Amino acid sequence: MPSRGRRRPLPALTPRDYICRVPSLFDKLWQAHRIAPAGGGQDLIHIDRILLHDLSGARALGEVAEKGHAIPHPELAFATPDHAVATVPGRTAETFPRGAAGVAMLREGAARHGIRLFDLGQDGQGIVHVMGPELGIVLPGLTVVCGDSHTCTNGGLGALAFGVGSSELTHALVTQTLRLAKPKSMRIRFEGAFPPGTTAKDAVLHAIGLLGTGAGAGYAIEWAGSAVRALAVEQRLTLCNLSIELAARMGFIAPDEAVFDWIAGRDFAPTGPAWEAAVASWRDLRSDDDACFDADHAIDAGAIAPQVTWGTSPEHVIAVDAPIPSPDAAPDPARRKAWEDALAYQGLEPGRPLAGTAVDWVFIGSCTNARLSDLREAAAIVRGRRVAAGVAAWVVPGSVRVKRAAEAEGLDRVFREAGFDWREPGCSLCVAANGEAVPPGARCISTSNRNFIGRQGRGARTHLASPAMAAAAAVTGRITDIRKPF
Amino acid sequence: MRPFTTLTGPAAPLLRANIDTDAIIRVERLVGTARESMGSYAFEIWRRRPDGTEDPDFVLNRKEFRGAPILLAGPNFGCGSSREGAVWALAGIGVRAVVAPSFSDIFRDNALQNGLLPVELDEAAVRAIAAQVEAAPGDARVTVDLEREVVVAPDGTVHPFAIDPARREALLAGLDDLGLTLRAGAAIAAWQRADRVARPWVWFAAAQQSDMTDP
Repeated sequence: MPSRGRRRPLPALTPRDYICRVPSLFDKLWQAHRIAPAGGGQDLIHIDRILLHDLSGARALGEVAEKGHAIPHPELAFATPDHAVATVPGRTAETFPRGAAGVAMLREGAARHGIRLFDLGQDGQGIVHVMGPELGIVLPGLTVVCGDSHTCTNGGLGALAFGVGSSELTHALVTQTLRLAKPKSMRIRFEGAFPPGTTAKDAVLHAIGLLGTGAGAGYAIEWAGSAVRALAVEQRLTLCNLSIELAARMGFIAPDEAVFDWIAGRDFAPTGPAWEAAVASWRDLRSDDDACFDADHAIDAGAIAPQVTWGTSPEHVIAVDAPIPSPDAAPDPARRKAWEDALAYQGLEPGRPLAGTAVDWVFIGSCTNARLSDLREAAAIVRGRRVAAGVAAWVVPGSVRVKRAAEAEGLDRVFREAGFDWREPGCSLCVAANGEAVPPGARCISTSNRNFIGRQGRGARTHLASPAMAAAAAVTGRITDIRKPF
Repeated sequence: MRPFTTLTGPAAPLLRANIDTDAIIRVERLVGTARESMGSYAFEIWRRRPDGTEDPDFVLNRKEFRGAPILLAGPNFGCGSSREGAVWALAGIGVRAVVAPSFSDIFRDNALQNGLLPVELDEAAVRAIAAQVEAAPGDARVTVDLEREVVVAPDGTVHPFAIDPARREALLAGLDDLGLTLRAGAAIAAWQRADRVARPWVWFAAAQQSDMTDP
């Protein structure tokens, strides 16, 4: 190729550059927040909501103070401790002593700047991605950031929500903006209907297994298709929660009447004329017909069975009745090694199905699956049964609101009478940042989002699954196919 | 932010795919650890055996690669948690550039906020450089040149890479985002004034909040 006097190759033009002017939902969300070009391919993007927790949020507030900046819009920021706080009944910030400093920094920073804090023991406290939607803080069409990669959860309401590090969080607090290059767009459609026993959790794990954990790098994902449109709102939050496990920072679903109904009347949702104007605007938040995407995938919803991870990456996932794959079948030497290492860490043999594998721990909780409908799904399995001998089983509700609502309908009794621990809201065994951990070598079926080495505790072996699958394993003591009698 | 221009030194090959930020720094180290101290915990699940002693076989414990300023890694590096502590931990053991086929978007942005350069090269190039490094451990030197946007392998092969031009300029000059954006304060304020009219519900929470701040 003749030299054009440039060091850098120009990116290849895609068909989209020539023909596509029809905006996708992502194009609309981006454009609506674009204050100005920021140079060098970046845009200055307005951030409508900032959520702060006791790890990254506390650090960012500390950094703001250290640098002597002001926070011009504290009314757009909200804080709650969730990560490094114990979940044992009766807990305080000091119950896990090493976490107390973060909670104290969050409290001080929030008070100093006039940021609303939902503190331990107060109405509203909870896992930040459970709390934001349930209080109406997160709304369709809003940009939302938090120093937490699972901020993409909020995309279930049609928000453009994404995780940032402490530096970007500080930037957002001080300027109410971020400098960002616009990601490419990907659409993943689930067409048809999910079979009985298959939840949003199974659907997204299946997609990750199919496409690989790196597939979404550099993309924003719109989850779509008839099976997604039929999902209840809380299931949509679960689906979007795992967008980051595809390496996509943002994942979202076009909001519809079900979302508007779900939000109406929540504490921080608009009311009166502001509500009417909002809903009218939100109805336009969808990809126009013939909108183009840089990547587009269609998945048959009807073919998805309940999923369980076998390895140490969310892409190490299979149907509960499928055989654990052999490293001999890996597509390349790197993955062969990764699969061998994962099987060794997990103490599993290829060729056998996961169903029947004995578990030591069961964790029902996390920003993925700790909402009221998740607890109902698990309780429906547990009702009238007992946790198997030798199994430690925990339910950690996602928020104070979830906990109270569950108690009002007697779910806590269902779990407790079966032998579960019924605990206080927080991240708990999803990330093991609070002194609670699965012991080394123990096998845990978990409704959380990451099965990384050591994620639930040093040497802990994690199997990701839906609340119903986790509940079934709790009562049988083994990974169990909920589609069959047990 | 410390500027990044060019860097030559040993490169440690750690070619696993999907190295997540939990592996780079465990979450409990984020609690109550100053960012300057996080290097002591970088990769501890691999650097240390269960009894706390160093695993001599782990690449970053080998004397040729201890303190290497360049890390060669597999695809999807830095996936998982958004913790910026992962970048501080890498910086704490002297890493100034990571060369990998792809990065998690959040890790990449966190790295760029701290003057740590994420360099994307195709997998074959990363493997070729790693093979040369392994063939001459202790002697092989790799250059990462941000001005020319190239990586020079130990055998002199030049691998061009691309980086967002705004990020490149900021790194070369050692400018952080915040200083740049604060200069745009008037444009932001004007946008917000218009937005209060166009999307009053976004700002509605403010009214609610003022009612609830002092219960």
